[in-house]
Amino acid sequence: MIFVSFVVNHYFALFAAKQFSMILTQQLILGLLVGGLYGLAAAGLSLTFGVLRVLNVAHGELLMLGGYGTFWLFAIWRIDPFASLLAVGPAMFVLGMLLYVALFQFVVKAHEEARIKNSLLIGFGLTLVLHALAIQLWTADERSVTTAYSGAVMRVGLFAIPLLRLSSLLFAFAILAALHLFLSRTRWGRAIRATAEDWEAAALMGIPVGRTYLLAFALGTALAGIAGGLVSISYSISPSIGMEWTLKALIVVVLAGLGSLFGSFAGGILLGLAEAMSVVFLGGPYREVVGLMLFLIVLVVRPQGLFGARQ
Amino acid sequence: MRLAGAGILLAAAFAAVPLFTARNDLLNLGVQIFLAIALAQSWNLVGGYAGQINLGHAAFFGLGALVTRMLWVGGVPLSISLAASALIATAFGCLIGLPAFRLRGAYFAIGTLGLAEILRITVGNLLPEISTIRAAELASYNMLSRYYLTLGLAILCVAVVASLVPSRLGLGIRAVREDEAAAEASGVSAVGHKLLALAVSTALAGLAGGAFAYYHVSYYPQHTFSPVWTFDAVLMSFVGGVGTIHGPVLGALFYVILKEVLALRWVEFHLIIFGILFILVVLFLPGGLVEAWSRLRRSVSRQA
Repeated sequence: MIFVSFVVNHYFALFAAKQFSMILTQQLILGLLVGGLYGLAAAGLSLTFGVLRVLNVAHGELLMLGGYGTFWLFAIWRIDPFASLLAVGPAMFVLGMLLYVALFQFVVKAHEEARIKNSLLIGFGLTLVLHALAIQLWTADERSVTTAYSGAVMRVGLFAIPLLRLSSLLFAFAILAALHLFLSRTRWGRAIRATAEDWEAAALMGIPVGRTYLLAFALGTALAGIAGGLVSISYSISPSIGMEWTLKALIVVVLAGLGSLFGSFAGGILLGLAEAMSVVFLGGPYREVVGLMLFLIVLVVRPQGLFGARQ
Repeated sequence: MRLAGAGILLAAAFAAVPLFTARNDLLNLGVQIFLAIALAQSWNLVGGYAGQINLGHAAFFGLGALVTRMLWVGGVPLSISLAASALIATAFGCLIGLPAFRLRGAYFAIGTLGLAEILRITVGNLLPEISTIRAAELASYNMLSRYYLTLGLAILCVAVVASLVPSRLGLGIRAVREDEAAAEASGVSAVGHKLLALAVSTALAGLAGGAFAYYHVSYYPQHTFSPVWTFDAVLMSFVGGVGTIHGPVLGALFYVILKEVLALRWVEFHLIIFGILFILVVLFLPGGLVEAWSRLRRSVSRQA
């Protein structure tokens, strides 16, 4: 009886307008914060897809590896997780170079349609291998970095903003801004953009397309690794998170369209907000469904994405 | 013709196995092989013949399993439950295929991967408890009926694909794979033929899932949506020979038997080993065992 009245009261409270708008706002804040990480994950995927025309569905597994890098640096040597990203990023960059040399350089030799097909298949195989390998190495346990300041919360009026997640969002934005400067201001950055535009023309202009591909793939892998590090700081990691993050990144890439880093970031935040709304209106178990709905709507209405140019 | 003969002989040999042995472990291995053939052959129709990479075959297998399990455990006859499984799986297939097939590129692969992953998470949220068949069913559980049901399913999958491929529709499906623009110019609807292949493929995958739900005593509903089922189907098709009728059958036999052997010693490493094998096949032997065999024969006949 007490339980029933509790539940009834709970729902009355939920739908009392003031409470309801508060819950919604709090959820939207959390959605905004996680959305920044969706955006960072998507930016790496969109970079490799835009430049190499290969779609690496093992992107989430690379993110998972970066997360473990940050986690172990903290667990073994107590290195501050934000500082360790300075090591994890370059390490993942090197891993990306190795993956390109071992696998993806064979894929880019084919023409465009075969590139996409083969990269999907190889990425899918890689997904399973890295997932199984991570379980062997680090067990299936869920882990996260817990620092002295992990529980810190900023109070704004009635709302709580977890400080770590806020710093992760800002960090993600700073990384994207740095990448934007690199792509627009440096020689190699221009080479990457030219190759993305038209690799044949770029090759004729004397740009070493092979090395540009290598650089772009390694940068995409480093972005995945840094995103993974931020995930291990503000959320949690386990060997099986890869597929979920790949999915978020793919949905954001379709949603935002190719070509703009900040478009990916905005798309990520949009997905985060949409998921938050679905938690409030449909309930927690259906949180993931909204991503598929967005994907289908974009496919029908605007396949080039919200911020992409019509081809 | 010789291949058709070999197929009929193989099917007859499998059908005769229970006459010579009643060992449940052998019948169980048979069920695994037949389910594997059904999964691989159904993937092959879309992935091999229509040339569309489906990275979420587990979604259709899982939906089939979910529907049959709910209906059949709830008292609906098995045949009706299986039909419902095929129907629901096809409906979800069209949900992705209809918008995705109008566009080229990776949309279909992303959509199927997304469908499988979202269903896996959502089903895990909604049905977190293990699903077990009713006690009365358990008491009368009979492996032989599972053996023949899955054997029939495997034969159905091979027969459907083998009769569809040389037909007019099958020619259209392959024409779209080779060159969409040329096919459209000769009056072959690209979207229509891709959708047809997908509808048949997902119906067969749904039936395979339904058969799994009838066969397996207890499992977590989420398990049937795991990407491992997709991986199995893709791997078997490619290792055997994608885009051929006998390739996926060979691939399934090879994979299930090798997995049994590996499981004796390296159970935890078999996914790593098969994953690497798969990547190597895609990169260096895209025709699989079928191509390796014909290359070998050619080099032998050249030397003779």
